[in-house]
Amino acid sequence: MQELILVDVEGLAAAYEGPRVLEDVSFTLQAGERIAVLGPNGGGKSTLFGVLLGLLPPAAGSVRVEGRCGFVPQTERSRLDYPVTALDVALMGTLTRVPWWRPLGRSERARGRRALERVGLGGFEQRSFGMLSGGQRQRVLFARALVQESPVLLLDEPFIGVDRPSEDLLERLIDELAAEGRGTLISTHDIDQARGCDRVLCLNRRQVALGPPASTLTKAVLEATYGEAIVALDTAAAILPAHHH
Amino acid sequence: MHALVEPWQQGIVQRAFVELALVGILGGALGCWVVFHGFSYSAESLAHALLPGLVGAALLGLPLVAGAAFGLAGAALAIALAAQVPGIGRDASVAIVTTTLFGLGVLLALSPSSPPGLAGLLFGDPLGVTRNDLILTVAVVVASFAALAALHRVLLVVGFDRLNATAFGARPAFADAALLVLVAAALLVGVQALGNLLVLAIVIGPAATARLLSKRMAPMMALAAGIAVVGAIAGLYLSYYANTAAGASVAIALVACFLLALLARGVRRAPSVARPS
Repeated sequence: MQELILVDVEGLAAAYEGPRVLEDVSFTLQAGERIAVLGPNGGGKSTLFGVLLGLLPPAAGSVRVEGRCGFVPQTERSRLDYPVTALDVALMGTLTRVPWWRPLGRSERARGRRALERVGLGGFEQRSFGMLSGGQRQRVLFARALVQESPVLLLDEPFIGVDRPSEDLLERLIDELAAEGRGTLISTHDIDQARGCDRVLCLNRRQVALGPPASTLTKAVLEATYGEAIVALDTAAAILPAHHH
Repeated sequence: MHALVEPWQQGIVQRAFVELALVGILGGALGCWVVFHGFSYSAESLAHALLPGLVGAALLGLPLVAGAAFGLAGAALAIALAAQVPGIGRDASVAIVTTTLFGLGVLLALSPSSPPGLAGLLFGDPLGVTRNDLILTVAVVVASFAALAALHRVLLVVGFDRLNATAFGARPAFADAALLVLVAAALLVGVQALGNLLVLAIVIGPAATARLLSKRMAPMMALAAGIAVVGAIAGLYLSYYANTAAGASVAIALVACFLLALLARGVRRAPSVARPS
């Protein structure tokens, strides 16, 4: 049986009104696959996500995405003074499926509640989003992506500012989603997290490497990806400027 | 008791009450979005910049609503044009247009050759509301609430995370445009009763008050609408008995509501101050 390809990127280049910030990117994401997208700030991780989300047109190359991408942006960017509950935020994920003018029915609300239960926040539906902890807020944003019901999930540095129990829960969830056949792209600075994925895509304004973590995360590749920013003790335990808050 | 009932015995006062209550319901609900989208200043600018249209209509004997509509269109166009001038910045260009148009309106309204009574445009005249004005207000309020219901999820997503809203199917430019059109519609029907200077009080005041008391958008909108109606009616009584300008009386009543809410929240929160965190 042929593998189901969810994302197919070929020779992609991207630019924001000016010179190209990302070039020569080619990869496929298959159903059930988890790819870590590794790279420095400004290396093109967010740009790649922008193209996959349809926010930025490719400057060259082709991009094909199965359906619309589900998305978990960085928690730090969400407003804490906004008058929404955890369920309100989860239900924002309906907008990519249910036409904007249509009121939400009972089945969509039930979907939102199930998504919150799945991220371990059953019973938190009516809590104010801004009153939750950083880890809980990130789990609500995961629930919103689940409500989008997309075959492809993009996670933008999902563990920044997240407590350990939340991180464990979300890592289990990512594995479950992969087992269900969803494809996941996880942008990260954390090499350990990248090792847990099926493949690694290293970006530094262009594609540096793509492959399984064991054979890809070599000293040479990491240096090409991070340049001078890397302090390598040895190839197995590289210390990176991982969690920049 | 008699003092409460007496004003209602006159048709023009009844109409004024109904008009202000309707404007309050719309202004309060809409105001919550205006406040959370950071549109208070834009709305204020729009309200002031439509004055030449109002004065022009009064001088030509046209319906005030037509003048307000013309003034709004002119103001929007002027702001859009001024924003194109390089090196000024959006904030300053809006301020330049607003003060210019407002100054022009005041000059026209207060010039010795203008008929007396035009100054009323600045402070509102709810007793001048006609039956046709009321019908228009009802239509605008119904249409605006239908639009707010339809736009609810889009506005919520854009306000929550503007930067990523498009990834979730909500375009910020669309949400902004829709909100400004709704604000313009609310100003259109509110400006005659409350006056050009203070009409915005009924949009911003109740929303700011409700924000102190509610943690969720839909209940906050309902609360703001209720506060706006209470403030509008209290202001009208004040205006009726103290013979003060309606717009100013309603604005003062709304500020009083805000201060009471602030006090109530302070009292409710006070014990938690002593609690160790």
